Amino acid sequence: MKNPAETTSNHHALARLCSSLPGDFTHLSALSPDQGTDADRVARQWRPGSAGALHSEIFACGNEAAGAGMALSLALDAMRAAARDRSGPAAAAPSDDQRAILWVQERAAAKRGGYPYRPGMPPDLQRRVIHVLAEKPKDALFALEEGVRCRDLAFVVGEIVGNPQVLDFTASRRLSLAAEHHGVPLWLVRIDASRDLSSARMRWDARSVPSPRPRWNRDAPGTPGWHANLFRARTHPPAEWIMRDDGYRLDVEPPERQHTGAGAGQVSGPGCGPADPVDLVRAAGD
Amino acid sequence: MLADARTLCPHLKVAISDPAGDLDFLERLAIWAQRWGPWSALDPPDGLLVDISAASHLFGGERALLTDLQQRFKARGLAVRTAIAPTAGAAWGLAHYGPCDGRGGAILAAQDDARAMLADLPMAALRLDDDVLTVLRRLGLKRLGDMDGIGRDAIMRRFRNRRSPAANPLIRMDQLLGGVPEPLLPVVPTHMPMVQRRLVEPIRHRDLLDQVLRDLSQDMARTLEGRGEGARRLELGLWRVDGEVVVRRLEMAAATREADHICRLFAARLDDVDAGFGIETVRLRVSWAEGLSLEQGDLDKAAEEHGTSLAACIDRLTVRLGTDAVRRPVPHASHIPERAQRWQPPLAPESPSQGQLAFHARPLKMLERAEAIAVLYATPDGFPRQFRWRGQVHEVCRVEGPERIAPEWWREKSTVRLRDYYRIEDQEGRRYWIYRHGIIGDGRGGVPDWYLQGLCA
Repeated sequence: MKNPAETTSNHHALARLCSSLPGDFTHLSALSPDQGTDADRVARQWRPGSAGALHSEIFACGNEAAGAGMALSLALDAMRAAARDRSGPAAAAPSDDQRAILWVQERAAAKRGGYPYRPGMPPDLQRRVIHVLAEKPKDALFALEEGVRCRDLAFVVGEIVGNPQVLDFTASRRLSLAAEHHGVPLWLVRIDASRDLSSARMRWDARSVPSPRPRWNRDAPGTPGWHANLFRARTHPPAEWIMRDDGYRLDVEPPERQHTGAGAGQVSGPGCGPADPVDLVRAAGD
Repeated sequence: MLADARTLCPHLKVAISDPAGDLDFLERLAIWAQRWGPWSALDPPDGLLVDISAASHLFGGERALLTDLQQRFKARGLAVRTAIAPTAGAAWGLAHYGPCDGRGGAILAAQDDARAMLADLPMAALRLDDDVLTVLRRLGLKRLGDMDGIGRDAIMRRFRNRRSPAANPLIRMDQLLGGVPEPLLPVVPTHMPMVQRRLVEPIRHRDLLDQVLRDLSQDMARTLEGRGEGARRLELGLWRVDGEVVVRRLEMAAATREADHICRLFAARLDDVDAGFGIETVRLRVSWAEGLSLEQGDLDKAAEEHGTSLAACIDRLTVRLGTDAVRRPVPHASHIPERAQRWQPPLAPESPSQGQLAFHARPLKMLERAEAIAVLYATPDGFPRQFRWRGQVHEVCRVEGPERIAPEWWREKSTVRLRDYYRIEDQEGRRYWIYRHGIIGDGRGGVPDWYLQGLCA
């Protein structure tokens, strides 16, 4: 028998190792025998910039754009993290990466949630979107697989409604393997779908949350935020966050703190930085 | 037959006829004879035609060329009759039936009157078939000059059914005099690909031989690829130290140049090779090669390993989904939100456009058609308080607006109403972009309708 203290310290070392290593080594932590202590759990928790999964699913409602919005934010966050890894922490802007992105929509998804509108997209992505409208889920899956096989794409976003029969575990496994083989991230938004069997490495649940009040017009909608529930992940323990993307970085905070802050609104004053994330320069001029 | 002949003449010498060997020898002789001219052609069974146009001066003139030729053939132990003439037919006739002086052969210069000079040659100098010669002899035509005596029409009538040159003396006569062209089929030497390894240390073990064979196969594959050919028949020669040669032949069903395939096939043939004191040279030779064009590598395999390019990806998508399914959104100069975005092919260059105004907050997604919603609001132009969309009631908690977007009067009718856009957020934080179509009292309709057009992130 091993000394329990020694096991724990080894486990800590492993967690540190895994968090410091990029890519494929991160799944080592998933092989760890037990869930470990709270500190260990915290160490393994997902945080912005630690994007390792190349195939993620986001379950969202079709009556809001939370799924697509969160998918784009997570993808942008992963790209920023990759750019930071590539060129050091100083140059965090992903502007040097001008590869196209592929946005695949099933016809039903476009009917229910609308098609991408270029002026409303994040500025980094506006010129890069290639939209694919597939008539059937089968065609959408084909387009997704072709997309993740293309080395010239930054990432692939898919929107599929419901639980079509063709999107079974085998199909999702196929997508996972293709994405991991070619290194192209896939963000699959599942609209009005139940959580069926899937091989996606990270599975999220997304819904909108009330936004913080902007500084200049306190009655206007503010920076979009989502309640993100990571309910299944291979390398991270499940957790919930409130995510906000202000265009520069992805902020996350635990959900309970958010409820008090956003519900009351009076907490955010002129002095409160994080609660007032609207970019003044962008809001003020053209 | 041979026994009868030997009975009659006991000291008869017998040599076995070898037509194929003779032809082979003639082919090699034809290639050797290209030393006197760039082209040579076979004239089976025992003749050669060499085109020495503009080449005789290299040997000091035609007479010197013939002397050189006679000497070289004599040195090889061959007796030749030679002639030079402006046409192949004349040269053939002169060589076979021409005067045999001691100077090496007849020369018919280009400015000579060929008809007069060749008039004494027998009809056989025309390279005619035997039955035609018989007919001509019966007609009383024995020399070429005799054909001048009777009219051309008469001969043409007599041989009107004969199309082949060898059966029609008129065609042969024209060829001899240069009246009609006579193409020759030149002999072109081809070198069969061959690779070999001389081994410093004679090998006696099978695995070493396999290694040598692998190297040879790869060399051969490279050689064949450079020539654009594939092997149909392969010969592997193994030279032993004691001088014995072991040859293994392999014939393939289709031309190939795969080294692994060749190795695998030979492996079964090498089991019974007796290495003796060792093998010191291994030679692989292709004795029959066929054209095998270079092939495109497996596109799918390359794509499997390195990923496809964007163009290839777009191609695959458009082939299956149609060109209208794969598009790129581009801005268009219009105030109307649904007109401000157009679609174009994904790789087409984007035309320059005016930058977007930063204070225009636009939704991430637009519905294909704005959907009508029932809205509670303070008339005539108050903020929306509550609305019902897709059977669900949304309380409006935050609102920003209106952003008034007027119709484009230059392209729409005057009755089109303006739009007042509101960016709203409901009690659950869902953000939408809705508009009121018109205002009360604008004279373009009754109570204005509300529509939901966009979904914000």
